[in-house]
Formats: sequence, C-alpha cells, structure tokens
Amino acid sequence: MSDITKQSLTELVENIKNKKLCSTDVTKAFIDRSEKSEKLNAYITNDFTSALDKAKKFDQKPNFNLKLPGIPMAVKDLFCTKNIKTTAGSKILNNFVPTYESTVTENIWNEGAILLGKLNCDEFAMGSSNETSFFGNVQSPIDKNLVPGGSSGGSASAVAGQLTPVTIGTDTGGSIRQPASFTGIVGLKPTYGSCSRYGIVAFASSLDQAGPMAQNVKDCALLHEVISSYDAKDSTSIDFKRNHYGKELTNNIKGKKIGIPKEYRVDGMPKEIEDLWQKGIQYIKDCGAETIDISLPNTSYALPTYYIVAPAEASSNLARYDGVKYGFRAKGENLIDMYEKTRSEGFGAEVQRRIMIGTYVLSSGYYDAYYLKAQKVRKLIKNDFDEAYKKVDAILTPSTPSSAFKIGEKTNDPVSMYLNDIFTVPVNLAGLPGISIPAGHDSKGYPLGLQIIGKAFDEQNILNIAYAMEEKINFKNKITDWWIK
Amino acid sequence: MSIDLKTIKHISKLARISVDEQRAKKLAGDLNSIFDFIEKLNELKTDNVEPLTSIAETTLKLRSDEVKSKNIREQIIKNSPQENEDYFVVPKVIE
Repeated sequence: MSDITKQSLTELVENIKNKKLCSTDVTKAFIDRSEKSEKLNAYITNDFTSALDKAKKFDQKPNFNLKLPGIPMAVKDLFCTKNIKTTAGSKILNNFVPTYESTVTENIWNEGAILLGKLNCDEFAMGSSNETSFFGNVQSPIDKNLVPGGSSGGSASAVAGQLTPVTIGTDTGGSIRQPASFTGIVGLKPTYGSCSRYGIVAFASSLDQAGPMAQNVKDCALLHEVISSYDAKDSTSIDFKRNHYGKELTNNIKGKKIGIPKEYRVDGMPKEIEDLWQKGIQYIKDCGAETIDISLPNTSYALPTYYIVAPAEASSNLARYDGVKYGFRAKGENLIDMYEKTRSEGFGAEVQRRIMIGTYVLSSGYYDAYYLKAQKVRKLIKNDFDEAYKKVDAILTPSTPSSAFKIGEKTNDPVSMYLNDIFTVPVNLAGLPGISIPAGHDSKGYPLGLQIIGKAFDEQNILNIAYAMEEKINFKNKITDWWIK
Repeated sequence: MSIDLKTIKHISKLARISVDEQRAKKLAGDLNSIFDFIEKLNELKTDNVEPLTSIAETTLKLRSDEVKSKNIREQIIKNSPQENEDYFVVPKVIE
C-alpha cells in the first residue's frame, strides 16, 4: 500500500482504469500518509471521512471514461468549496463556509476527482514562504525548518511530500512556480484568462490565475486540461480553443527557438543559479532546439511595478471584509469602530501592510505618481515580451534567484522577501503562461528550478519544452520522510 | 520620500484598519523601505506610454439580465457573524 503514494497521477489513473487499484485503496493510502504528516502543517482543513465515502461510491459504480477517475486530491484553501470551510489562510475567514463551488474545483470533481482537504497558504496568497498564514507556517518535505515557498506552500509541500498526487494552486506573482521550484516539483501558471477565477478568493484580479502543481510534466498537462475552461461567470475568462494538453504532449521540440534574456542575470545571483541556467541551455540544444540571446530591457522595473499594482488591487478587493456579511467580526462601539477593529484583528501583518500600500498609491494626490505610472511601466514590460516573441517561441530563465531559505530568515525584511519573485512577476504582469520544472540541486541538496515562459495561450508549447527537458534532466527529488517517525 | 506617522494614521483611516502607535511606527518603517524600492520607476520616462489597464484585450461580453438564482436568502445570511432572521445586523447607526 505504501508505494501507492509514490505513483504519479498518470500511473494512478491507468491503474484505476485497469482495475489494478480501486479508488478506495488509493484514497486510503493518501489519507494515511496525510495523517502521518501533520508535522508538515500542509492542511488547514481535512475532509477525509467524506473522501472515503466518495471513493467507495465511485468503486461501486466506476466511470472509467473520466479523466481523473476516483483520484483523491487536496487543493489550496483559496478555492471556494461548497459546504467545506474556506479560509484563504486568514483569521478573517476562519469560519467561512461557502455556499458555492469555484469553477476550477467544479471542473476537477466533474472529471471524477475526490476532495481530500484544503491546503495551507499565505494569508490571501500574500507571501513567498507560507509564513503569513494564520494557521502557522508549512514545513518543506525537503528539509526541516525550510520554507516550502509561497503562497501555495501547503500545496507544494503536499505534492512533494506525496500527501496528494497533484494539486491546484494560484499564482499572482509566482505563487505556483516559486514553491514548485523550492520543493522539486512542476508548477504551471497559465495564461491570464485560461482558468476561471470564479470562486477563488481574490487577491489582485488582473494578475491572479489558478494552475496545476504535479510531480512531473505529464501529470501537470493532464490536470491543466481539466481545469482550463471558458466560464461566463468570470468576465475576464477567454474563449479560445483549448488543446488536449495531456494527449497532445510531445517531446519533439526540434527547431524551436528559445530566448535567453540577458537581464535575468541579476546582481548577486549565486553562481549555482547561473550554472543551472547554462545547463538548461545545453539541455535545450540537446533536444534539437535553438537558443537565441534576447533582451527584455524593462525587467528590473517589474517588481516595483508589481508592488504598486498588486497591493492597489488587493486594497480594493479586500474592502469587502468588513465584518458584516461573513467572516470574523470584532466588537466595536459604533459601525466605523467595528469595521476598523474587525480589519485590525482579522488581517495579519503582511495583509495589512499591503492594504496600506494599496490604499496609499490609490489615494488622492498619489494616484498619478504611483498607480498610473505603474500601469504605464506594465505596458512597457508587456511590450518587451511582444518584441521578443517576434524572434523566439519561448523564453528560458531560472525560476528563482536562490534555493529555499530557512523559516524566519526573511520575515523581518519585506523587500528581501519580495525579491524572491524577481523572475516570476514579469510573467504575471504580461499575462503570459510560465512553467517551473525541477532542474538540479544546490550544494545543500535543495532543489532548483528552471522557468519556461510562453506566448499567450501557448501552454502546449511550454509543456512540450518542459517535457523534453525533463527527460534530459532526469531529476530525482530527495525526499527522506524526515517528518514521519 | 518619507512616510510619517501622520500619513500612516491617514491611510489607516482610509483603509479602515485601526493601528496603535507601536504598529504605526513599524508600518512607517516598512512602507518607507518598500517605497524606496518602488521609486526606481522614476528612472523611466513614460509620458507617451498608454497605461495598461487590462491584460485581456477583449471587450466585456454582454448578457441578458436574467434572474438565475432564486430564494437563496438563507444561503446569503448563513455566514453572517450576527443575524436576525432575514437581515444582516450591524451596530446601531441612527440614534
């Protein structure tokens, strides 16, 4: 039974379809391992009892035509799940039980998946280390007291630690790709408008996207195929022809042109990252593709732009948490006092910090200097990519400027924490798809990732490049089960 | 630039988040270091650049105005911190 949790999603689907395994066995195995893994603190809420019921029901009347037949899956606690508590990692939503389901989770249940539980994340997805969660930090399965990254830290920890076969996270500035890179797994941030935002607790609406996280590229492609859909309930959902990303996956990338942007060689980047990038370039060539030096001249302005745009949108989105209609309410002497105390006691420090930044940049007298300026620079950043894509099919960069850091190492310096997202943020600002794949280890034995950035709606292409590279890299994640006695 | 305590108090009022003196000092320090970092944008000339307001360059779709969910009052009220049958309850506003 123990080796069930080591299987990939693709293997599990095949074994269930061939009746070598049943959903109940698979679900039991992941529940067992999840229960033994409390130390990771990956879950906020578990739904194990009803998961087992659903698995038994599936086995009584199995439908093998589904894409995720009886596959148990835990998801980030940012997706609203009907009748299951959804907290966004915040005290202010600690008692919130949605009466509706997010579209992306609906999509996976419709294809036969079974909810295991809700995974820990940074509060309102604001963080790069999963240390801002009201429910405590998450441990990385890679090493004790190491952050799993964030904001989808519980998701990354659960996939790398084999508590769930795959998962879905969300990515506003790197929240899928950075934790994927830190824990040695694959994470895809799709094109803006590819996956519906309906029912996802909003952080920064022009940047937020849901996406798959998995042990390998094929699993990632299969899950993306299920979650990506046009949805009239999200006004920014885009109606384009979606591929069968799993079925159409190929490792033939001969003749593809891959751009190498010189601006991603940032000051103070460890040599290990540069070496990994060079190795990546060699793998690309080994696959029969060509690399071309390109320039994305405004790269260094992406993070400052992000830290205006994202907090501005967040301050507006989070105005709804007022203690009236749902969520936590503090006692106040009058209505205004109630609002102010509710938000002061209900939001954590990082969320308050970002609401304050956002409120400031949108406030009278500062709007033009900050918010309008940032929107203009955002345009320049998008133009850089548009220009580059006249010459290349995709772009290869490191996923992060370093490997995972220790819990507590960066909590007192917000700017150094923000710098973690230096390579991932431009992709969100330009609305493009990006995938992080594990590509090696640093001297401490911690995983390092490479990022492939694609043209809008060209997920199939970056999945194919990732698939071809994965074969050459032959990465083995070093999971010692240190948290299991 | 420098964000002083008075500005922090003003923003916290706008954001409806009460902050005490100690928190305000901490926030002033944090925000100043974040805005030092943001100031980098002033290096760029952007006078003739159109702002990017939406990443999806499509116009919003129109739909007919139909009622799709009916009788969901109970669902809407369900999560309210304090309820009184059919209404949300807030501290007294009118004397």
